[in-house]
Amino acid sequence: MTKCFSGEKICELIDEINPQSVVSTNSDSVHIQPESALSVFSELKNKENCQFNLLNSLTAVDYIDHFEMVYHLTSTIHNHSIVIKIICGEGRKEPKVSSVVNIWRGADLQEREVWDLMGITFENHPNLKRLLLWEEFPGHPLRKDYLR
Amino acid sequence: MSLRTEPVTMNVGPIHPSTHGVFRMRVTFDGEEIVDVEPVIGYLHRGSEKLAEERTYTQVVTLTDRMDYVASMTNNQSYILSVEKLAGITPSPRGVWLRMIAAELQRIASHAVANGFLINDLGAWHTPLLYMLREREKILEMFEMLCGARITNSYLRPGGVFMDAPDQFWPALNRFLDEMPNRIDDIERLLTTNEIVLIRTQNVGVLKKDECLNASITGPVLRASGVDWDLRDKNPYDYYDQIEFSRPLGEIGDNHDRFLVRIFEMRESLKILRQCIENIEPGPVRPKEVPFLVRPPKGDSYVPIESPKGELGFYLVSDGGISPFRCHVRAPSLINLTLLREMVLGDKIADLFVTFGSIDVNMGEVDR
Repeated sequence: MTKCFSGEKICELIDEINPQSVVSTNSDSVHIQPESALSVFSELKNKENCQFNLLNSLTAVDYIDHFEMVYHLTSTIHNHSIVIKIICGEGRKEPKVSSVVNIWRGADLQEREVWDLMGITFENHPNLKRLLLWEEFPGHPLRKDYLR
Repeated sequence: MSLRTEPVTMNVGPIHPSTHGVFRMRVTFDGEEIVDVEPVIGYLHRGSEKLAEERTYTQVVTLTDRMDYVASMTNNQSYILSVEKLAGITPSPRGVWLRMIAAELQRIASHAVANGFLINDLGAWHTPLLYMLREREKILEMFEMLCGARITNSYLRPGGVFMDAPDQFWPALNRFLDEMPNRIDDIERLLTTNEIVLIRTQNVGVLKKDECLNASITGPVLRASGVDWDLRDKNPYDYYDQIEFSRPLGEIGDNHDRFLVRIFEMRESLKILRQCIENIEPGPVRPKEVPFLVRPPKGDSYVPIESPKGELGFYLVSDGGISPFRCHVRAPSLINLTLLREMVLGDKIADLFVTFGSIDVNMGEVDR
């Protein structure tokens, strides 16, 4: 059975890497700072007791007053999994986070999908263009303010 | 003397018999050799995730059917498990066994289609494919008995399934379990050691273990590369923890390994089906107290399952209302395409379709 870490356990793991990174702890996930996200993710992948080598899923949610990124990570070595969330910037204006493609290649198409449908910019993504819609499409349809 | 050649860029698809739907690849060839491939997708995008935000939790089940339309039952299962976790619903045991039976039958059908079309792409025009589709037809007839539909089943509901299996279902299932091992033997005799199949598939489209994991590739493709990662075993959902089965693994990770892993998984699914029939007991298929209008508390849930294509999960966010606030699908078909370029670089044109077919993607799920 895959062991799902509680919020406090994830917080402990991340505190070992970067004590200032965790913003808030929930029951089964933590919010981390967007600035330190890359270093935390790369340590989570490589550290002996973490080894989160599989990025299950990467997605974004529009909470109307802010955008949130959600990362589901699993280690196939230790068979445990965590959920990490990032609030992208303040308010709704120009949400952006760092791309994790250099850490997990599997983020490539998923980040393009999030950019396409939710309009979150991924810094340093090698090929950030629309995935499902065409380039001239106006707006990002999964946003809550998208007009039909 | 060497000939001077020039690379040519051309479109393959979206309307092409070997792209299994509306998939387009912008391919650059140098003579017969592939220099670059860029998948261009979105021709079947229907905005299912947006549509889900305006339907009740039970109505969304019909949308999930239309994502991976050759494996509707497992799509239903993944979505329902996520809703059940979100709303804290305990399903009825008979309902769970019935949906496990449905999901394993669906896995056999999906793998049969995957392997059939793979051989079709190799140029064995239709004969092996129709052998596979003949077996799939028996499964679709059983689905018709279960829920009245063949492809878009919508059989599952939060808490179990909507209808008990009719009396004629069990003899049909037993007959299928008796016959199917022989049919798989036939298919193997015809194809597994066939010289042409071996020449065309061995050491073509090789995926290394580490590349695979790093690119989030899951399912039979990952197991064909030798990683023992099956969510039915590693993170059992439903009653898979009470079931014994083995997980076939490939060694090289080439097209032939992916073909073989699917054949072996069909046999394992038959084993699982037999155990499900032994364990199922009479009772309600759905708890009476679960309402049709589910209203989960605020929160989010993600329950990944092992679908025939790989890890399939629905990330649902609830704001306490009657419809999901956000419904994201982790689509294995889309993510398994990440390394398509690396898999076919340097191969010949004809191998492109074989490698693409061996990943087994479903365009309904890629585009959603």
